[in-house]
Amino acid sequence: MPIQVKGEVLDVRRAGAYHVLSITAPGIPESFRPGHFVTIGIGGEESGLILRRAFAIHQVQSRGVYGGTLDVVVGVNGKGTRWLSERRRHDNLDIVGPLGKPFMLPKEGVPCVLVGGGYGSAPLFMLAEQLRERGCRVDVVLGASTEEKLYGVLDIKRVSSMLTITTEDGSSGVRGRVTDVLPDIMERNDAAVVYACGPMAMLAAVASIASEYRAYSQCSVEEAMACGIGICMTCVLPVIGDDGVTRMVRSCVDGPIFRGDLVRWDDIGTIPADALGAPVLDAP
Amino acid sequence: MSRVMFGRALGPLGATTPSTDMSAELSSLVMPSPVLTASGCAASGRELDQFFDITKIGAVVTKSIMLRARSGRPTPRMCETPSGMLNSIGLQGPGIEQFIEEDLAWLKERGARTVVSIAGESVDEYGKLAQKLRTAQGVDAIEVNISCPNVANRNQVFACDPEMAANVIQTVRRQSDSQTPIFAKLSPDVTDITEVARSVVRAGVDGITVINTALGLVIDLETMRPALAGVTGGLSGPAIRPIALRCVWQIRQALPDIPILGVGGIRSGLDALQFILAGANAVSVGTMTFNDPSAPMRVHNELALALQDRGFESVSQAISYGHRGADIFESDDEGETEPE
Repeated sequence: MPIQVKGEVLDVRRAGAYHVLSITAPGIPESFRPGHFVTIGIGGEESGLILRRAFAIHQVQSRGVYGGTLDVVVGVNGKGTRWLSERRRHDNLDIVGPLGKPFMLPKEGVPCVLVGGGYGSAPLFMLAEQLRERGCRVDVVLGASTEEKLYGVLDIKRVSSMLTITTEDGSSGVRGRVTDVLPDIMERNDAAVVYACGPMAMLAAVASIASEYRAYSQCSVEEAMACGIGICMTCVLPVIGDDGVTRMVRSCVDGPIFRGDLVRWDDIGTIPADALGAPVLDAP
Repeated sequence: MSRVMFGRALGPLGATTPSTDMSAELSSLVMPSPVLTASGCAASGRELDQFFDITKIGAVVTKSIMLRARSGRPTPRMCETPSGMLNSIGLQGPGIEQFIEEDLAWLKERGARTVVSIAGESVDEYGKLAQKLRTAQGVDAIEVNISCPNVANRNQVFACDPEMAANVIQTVRRQSDSQTPIFAKLSPDVTDITEVARSVVRAGVDGITVINTALGLVIDLETMRPALAGVTGGLSGPAIRPIALRCVWQIRQALPDIPILGVGGIRSGLDALQFILAGANAVSVGTMTFNDPSAPMRVHNELALALQDRGFESVSQAISYGHRGADIFESDDEGETEPE
């Protein structure tokens, strides 16, 4: 169950192209599971930026000097994220979380591959830890356009059996995209589950590769959302249900983690004609 | 579960509870608070009940429901604008039958007062929706959404034509339980909102909700095309508050006795007070619930204090107080008239 808390910024540090914020958020770490996200209010009580920004929870600590704390990774790409990156120690933030449905974990210690695009690697760290605790082999692929936009390479090395890096400009690791190296890794690791977080196009490609290798995929989508709690209906995408029917579902409460084979990636941004409640075309 | 309320205008937590009488009425709908949710900004109450007790506010106004399940419009459906947002959801919802079985049943079980918002594509559909609700349990009032800008034919927003608006209201009135109050939700996108208000009052509404979103447009400078898949969308949030207040004011001047539910960019108790002083009997907190999921309850608490600070013992004392002395009302011997 999500709660709304007043958090205090403990630390803001640069990490390549990103900012990592550590925030006190009493009550949220206690019910956190990997894949959950939080939303943060922007600009204070009189702010003209009225929409909360959503961030995957990167790390949590439920105990310690500050009680429950959490980390989020912020990529500055507009006024709201810039405001967040300019926060300093002791500033207050309005936090809601934990939100969304978390990653599903395998019951047994099966081999897994974790794929992160840019700061999409953020939710994969604690996921990797939990998978290893279950005895899973965890191979990780991190990709970005350039080295500066990779996040957490050193840290994730510690929790992964094998780490592969790709950059589009070749500034680090293999030149190319995560999907260029993924099939090889799938083959060698005999992966049962692929976990992915990053841009939609990457998720679509990863889901398709996972299907080819008969592996489950768990994709964390990033749709623009206004509320994050399921009341605004802006963050919908077409997903096939257990009954085979496609519905426009909310990525905030029905996701952000979806089974890759159930998302109709090519139809995102449209209403598929066979979706529940799709407009009936007028007869010619 | 802890529900943290942000201090804002309230001051420190645990400050003395104001003794203001917060009870409110909209026609025959009697509520312990003049603060409601707004249609489309609260789904059917379940999500918000995680953040505050939805039985403590005036009522939950549910997302406009249509006859059949509806997928809504493609994404992007939303973009942020200065002090507001533009949306083009297109009335996504499960259809009236599933709504009655699941959402309305849950609200009744939960003990929340419920204003059911309905939207149809034709007069006939509005009539059928009203018919379905007639036998349903837990309908405390009906809000007729005749002003959604995100419908297929934007030239056919019923609330933009006094006669069409009246047709819808007459049909809903005829098909509804006579004990159920009916409100018409009006659009600000008209030349003279009082003309539409008068028309729906003649057609038999028990109250008026003002305003729905204002039609707007944003161009995405990366794609150099409209930012929303639906091209235009409804503008909401504090950006439209002065427009909403103006509409409440004008309708109150034109129709001194009609119950008004004021909506548009309410963020704080002081914003809510402005609406009440302008003539609203109650207010809905809409888009700002996206910003702060506790907003309706917080606005209630802040309003209670704001009223007390100004010497009002009750909400009803403050209704239309901003109009005192205005010559549009029949003045009494003392010259200062307090309507209502």
